[in-house]
Amino acid sequence: MTMQEHGAQARRTADAVARRSYGKLVAYLAAATRDVAAAEDALSEAFAAALAEWPSKGCPANPEAWLLTVARRRLIDGARHRRVADAAEDDVRRFVESLDETADDAAIPDQRLALLFACAHPAIDETIRAPLMLQTVLGLDADAIASAFLTSPAAMAKRLVRAKQKIREAGIPFRVPERSEMPARRDAVLGAIYAAFAEGWTDPEGADAARRDLAEEATFLARLAAELMPNEAEALGLFALVLYAESRRAARRDSRGEFVPLAEQNPAAWDAAMIAEAETVLRQASALGAIGRYQLEAAVQSAHAEGKRSGSTNAEAIVALYDALHALTESPVVALNRALALAELHGADAALAAMPDAARDARLGRYQPYWAARAELLSRAGRSTEAHQAYEIAIGLERDEAVRRFLQKRQAALDAR
Amino acid sequence: MQYLLLLYSNENGWDSMTPAQQQQGMAAYQAYTEALRKSGALQGSNRLQPVSTATTVRIADGKSQVLDGPYADSKEQLGGYYLIEAPDLDAAIAWANRCPGASHGVVEVRPVWQM
Repeated sequence: MTMQEHGAQARRTADAVARRSYGKLVAYLAAATRDVAAAEDALSEAFAAALAEWPSKGCPANPEAWLLTVARRRLIDGARHRRVADAAEDDVRRFVESLDETADDAAIPDQRLALLFACAHPAIDETIRAPLMLQTVLGLDADAIASAFLTSPAAMAKRLVRAKQKIREAGIPFRVPERSEMPARRDAVLGAIYAAFAEGWTDPEGADAARRDLAEEATFLARLAAELMPNEAEALGLFALVLYAESRRAARRDSRGEFVPLAEQNPAAWDAAMIAEAETVLRQASALGAIGRYQLEAAVQSAHAEGKRSGSTNAEAIVALYDALHALTESPVVALNRALALAELHGADAALAAMPDAARDARLGRYQPYWAARAELLSRAGRSTEAHQAYEIAIGLERDEAVRRFLQKRQAALDAR
Repeated sequence: MQYLLLLYSNENGWDSMTPAQQQQGMAAYQAYTEALRKSGALQGSNRLQPVSTATTVRIADGKSQVLDGPYADSKEQLGGYYLIEAPDLDAAIAWANRCPGASHGVVEVRPVWQM
């Protein structure tokens, strides 16, 4: 091999290890000291050392252990330099001793679940939990996270630093909660992953690479949570839900990049393998006998997928699923989707009557899908003037250009009638 | 780690209680303090006199400025504290949850700066 080829191979190996092991290494290095930032710094230095050494000396047989050894050395040096408090230094020393015992062992204990629980701890601000997971488990940098969450890189970096400081200084433990705390703590972890996915999903055109990648990274997190909590039905439910949504990514736009709503998508463009995996995961979830919102939402997706395949959607089953979801969450968004499902069963007038009242919920009044759905139903009910107005509001609220064009087309079709 | 549990509540609540209720309240705090002591977590604790007795002091332009009243005028006032030893934030939160102050007010959990 030439030098260049060695370099390329070293980079490929480093990238592969980063993808597979980054979170595992951070979790392991940070678990004892709770110092996530120091673990990340040590690890990024180890990756830099790898890229400098591997091209000339060749890739090590166990790259993960190699990186851990280098990162551990950096961590010890860092602790000495910072002249940490005696107590903390004891922690570091104890930790380093424990690392020595396991360093030769190829199996590094997987503490990523404990890391996820630390990131979604109730003492961490809810809106920073998802970015924190993306950074510590997947190694995304603040710039990439900021652009996906539509905030400034400086503000995102600051908030991430503050959250990691909170974990260290307030003593947020790296541990999996006990059974009694589990439901609430698990929901916090899943909620953050769902938020990351939803954030990445609001780009149907797929034009914004940062947001498209975010949906992929969130899918990775959902898979990880399901693998690490195989007995938590809702963790499996969320993973299934995310898979269903991801399976339709390509079908959400046509060859010209125009937005295609679910009802008009071609099922042949859906990712059949992903749907099959979603079905399997959802069955595993329901076998656990603990129903929850993510499983119900995944079941709705499953019914839609099946309906599109067979040509006849089971509207009654979908309405029943939304009834159960609404009883569980009392969410106005669920009420909205339930009304839309009702339209297939009892017509547009019945659906309009079942719509939640935007006048009673200010957030609903600013929610684009509410107005788009209302416009669609009004149009079907033959109330063109009101439909026109509703489209007007929906268009004004939509930030995605492709969806806006889609709504404008619908509005224009209304006028042509 | 050491944590300070700061107990905030509406002082008027105490005054409007019947003597029997006040006695019950005292008993609840005594039982809680005893539980902390028995577990070895208790480092220190005090109940504070009402904010009407508070005085604030600051140096402005090199001169001492002494004012009547508490630093912050709020609906709920700092009425006491517990200094505890706990392995991590979850353990400290568990103690805060058991504190009578969490039922009739708010308990703020603050890690102590380690020197």
